Amino acid sequence: MTTQTAPQGVLVTTTSASTQTPSSTRPPDTERGPAGGSGSGPGSDEPPTPPRPRRLPSPIRPSSFGAEDVFLLVASAVSALCLVWIVFYQLTSLSGGLGFLVAWYLTFLALTWLGTAQVIERQVATDRVVGVVVVSAALLVIGLVLFIVVWVAYKALPSIHWGSLFTKDQKNFQVADPNALRQVGILHAIIGTVEQVLIAVAIGVPFAVATAIYLNEVKGFGSRTVRTVVTAMSGTPSVVAGIFIYSMLILTHVLSYSGFAASLALVVILLPSVTRVVEEVLRVVPSGLREASQALGAPEWRTVWSVVLPTARSGVVTAVLLGVARIVGETAPLLFTAFGSQVINWNAFSHDQGALPLVIWSDVRQAQPVLIALAFQAAFVLMSLVLILFVLARIFSRPRGRKGGTRRGDSRPVEDDLMARMFVPVPIEESTDT
Amino acid sequence: MAIDLDTPRAEPQHVTPTPIVVTRDYSTPDRIFRGGVQVSGAGVFVLLVAIGSFLAWYGWPAFKTAGWGFFTHSGPVTPGSSSGFGVLASLTGTVEVAFVAMLVGAPVAICTALFLSEYAPLKTRSSLIAMIDLAAAIPSIIFGLWAFFELQPNVVGFSTWLSRHASFIPFFKVSSPPLNASIFIAGLVVGIMIVPIVASICREVFSLAPAGEREAALALGASRWQMIRTVVMPFARGGMIGAVMLGLGRALEETIAVSIILGGSYKVTTEILQHGGSTISQLIATNFGSGGQLGLHDLLLCGFVLFILTLIINLAASAIVNRSRSGAGIDL
Repeated sequence: MTTQTAPQGVLVTTTSASTQTPSSTRPPDTERGPAGGSGSGPGSDEPPTPPRPRRLPSPIRPSSFGAEDVFLLVASAVSALCLVWIVFYQLTSLSGGLGFLVAWYLTFLALTWLGTAQVIERQVATDRVVGVVVVSAALLVIGLVLFIVVWVAYKALPSIHWGSLFTKDQKNFQVADPNALRQVGILHAIIGTVEQVLIAVAIGVPFAVATAIYLNEVKGFGSRTVRTVVTAMSGTPSVVAGIFIYSMLILTHVLSYSGFAASLALVVILLPSVTRVVEEVLRVVPSGLREASQALGAPEWRTVWSVVLPTARSGVVTAVLLGVARIVGETAPLLFTAFGSQVINWNAFSHDQGALPLVIWSDVRQAQPVLIALAFQAAFVLMSLVLILFVLARIFSRPRGRKGGTRRGDSRPVEDDLMARMFVPVPIEESTDT
Repeated sequence: MAIDLDTPRAEPQHVTPTPIVVTRDYSTPDRIFRGGVQVSGAGVFVLLVAIGSFLAWYGWPAFKTAGWGFFTHSGPVTPGSSSGFGVLASLTGTVEVAFVAMLVGAPVAICTALFLSEYAPLKTRSSLIAMIDLAAAIPSIIFGLWAFFELQPNVVGFSTWLSRHASFIPFFKVSSPPLNASIFIAGLVVGIMIVPIVASICREVFSLAPAGEREAALALGASRWQMIRTVVMPFARGGMIGAVMLGLGRALEETIAVSIILGGSYKVTTEILQHGGSTISQLIATNFGSGGQLGLHDLLLCGFVLFILTLIINLAASAIVNRSRSGAGIDL
C-alpha cells in the first residue's frame, strides 16, 4: 500500500485501488507518513502538531444495510419485473408462470449487481448478490416446507368428515353413493400403522441402543467395522428394505403378508437411524461421569445402565420420537409386506393390514373423487402425526438450563444436529479417542 | 491400562511405590453385558450381509436367464419369462432423475446451508435449522402427493416453455407431446427432497471452518462472500462433495414420490420433458406382483442392483465427509 507518497485524490476513492479490499478498512491515513509527506500546505513546518485531517468518506461496509440498499433491491426487483414482463409477454409471447418467475429472478440478480456496482462498488455488488441468492434459496426451501404442510391441511380439511374418519374403514365404499365420504374412514389404516410402528420400535430401539452402546461405550473388537456398516445401512433404499423382508420371510413362507412383516421391514430402516442418533447422544455424555462411576468401583454395565443412559435419557427419547416420525410415513417397504387392506385387521401377525401411507398410495391413483379426498385426509393425519412427533422431539432434545454437553472443540448445540441425524444419512464420526 | 505413578522428584531417596495396574478383569455380569451389545453390533453386520445375499440369491435365476442383456437391453416384466426383461431403461431413467435432482437440489441446498451457517441471525438459527430438518421429516408420499397435484400442473407450462425455446439442447427435445408425468418433474420433486439432506451435512462442515481463519479474512478486509470463498469453501470442499454424493444416494433410491409421478415405460429416452420414463425403484414398486415367479426374480435382481449402487455411493460419500470433518487433507 502506497501510503507515503500517494497524491491526495487517490486514497479518497476506494474504487481506484482495485487490489485493495473494499470493505471496512478505512483508507490509510496519508498524514501518518514521515513528516506529513512532502510538505504540502502551510502546516508542514510544525512537525509536532498534526495537520488537520482531511475529511474521509465514511468507510464502505458491505455488512451495513441501510434504507438506501433496501431501495436499491426493491428498485431492481421492480425494474426487473417490468423488463421481464415486457420481454416475456409483449415481445416474445412466451408463457408459463414458472418460466416467468425464473426469468424475473435472474434479471433481478443482474440488475442488483449492476445497480450496486454503479452506486457503491463492484466487490460489494458481488457480495450483495451472493447474499441475495443465499437468502432467497433458504427462504424458498423454508417457504416450500411451510407451504406443503399448509397445503395438505388445506386440501384435506374442507371435505373431512370427522364422524367417520376415525371410526370406519373402507369396506362400505360405493361409487354411486353421494354421501360416500360419510361411509368411509381410515380406522383400518390407523390401527395398522400404530401396530406396525409400535412393533418396529419395540424391536428396533433396544437393538439400536445396544449397538450404539457397543460403538460408543464398549468399543470392542470390530466396532470400526460396525460403524461403517451402520453408515452403509443408513443409505439402504426403503424399497430394498421391503423386498428384503419379502424375499427372506414371505417368499419362503415363514410369514404371510402381515403387519409384523411390515414392522420387520421398518426395523431395517429404523435401526441405523436410531443408532446414529443415540450414538451422538452418548458421545456428549461427559466422560467425567463415566470415570467417576468407574472410580467408585461400578462395573461397566452398571456405569452404562445407571450413569450413561440416565444422563442421555432425553436424547434417547428424542431418538425414539424421531424414529417413529421417520418410519410412520414409509410407504415403499409396506407395499411388499403389509400389502394394504380395506378392512380393519387387528391382528398384526396374520393377513394383509392397512397403513396410512398405503391408503394414500392406493387411493390417490383411483379416479373416484371420494377416494382422492380420503387420500388427502390420510395425508393430513400422517402429516399431523409427523409434526407432533417432530415438535415433541424438539422439546425433548433441548437441554434444560444449558447443561447439555457439547462436543469437544465444537461449540455447536447438539440438539441442532440430532434432528438431522435421523433423517439424513450423516456418517457417524470416527471417534478420535482410543 | 496402567496408571503410572511417578516417583516424586523432591525426595529422590524414597522407595518407589509399585505402580498400580488396573487390569481388565471383567466380572460375569460385565461379560454378559459386553457380549450382549457385541451381539447386537454383529447383528447389524449380519443384517446388511443378509440383505445383500438374499436379494442376490433370489435375483440370480433372473440373471441366469437374461444374462448381461439384463443391463444392456430393456423390456417389460412378463409373466413366466425372464428373457425379455432388461433394466436399461430404468437404469438410465434413474440416472436422469438423479441428475435433474442434483442439478436443482444441490445448489439450492448449498445456498441454504450457507444461509444457516453464515447469514442467519444467531437467535433464529436454531429454529431455521429445525425448519430444514422438518423438510427431511416430511414423508416422501406427501411430497409425491404434493408434486402430483400442485407441482406438476405448474411445471408443465415451464416444460412447454423449455421445449419450445431450448430444444437445441438434446435433453429438452420433445417428440411426443404430453408433458406431464415426465422424468423432469420427477427429478424436480426428488431435487426438493434432497435439499435438507445436502444442506444439513453442508451446514455441519461449513460450521467447522476454523473461526481464526474466518476472522483473519474479515480483518484483512474481506467481504462476507470473500471470506466464504477463501476460507469456508476450501475448508469444506470435501464435505460438500460428500454431502452431494449422499444426496445422490438418496435421489437414486427415492421410490414413492417418483412412482406417483412417473408412468413407467420400457424405452430408453433422453427426452426428459415428455411423458414416460421409469426408475429402478419405481419399476420395483409398480410392477410388484405382476410378473409371476420369474418376474419376481427380475425385480429382486433390480433391488440388488439398486442396493449395491447406493451402498457404494454411500460408503464413498461417508468416507469423504468424515475425512473433511476430521480436518484431514486440508491445506491451510
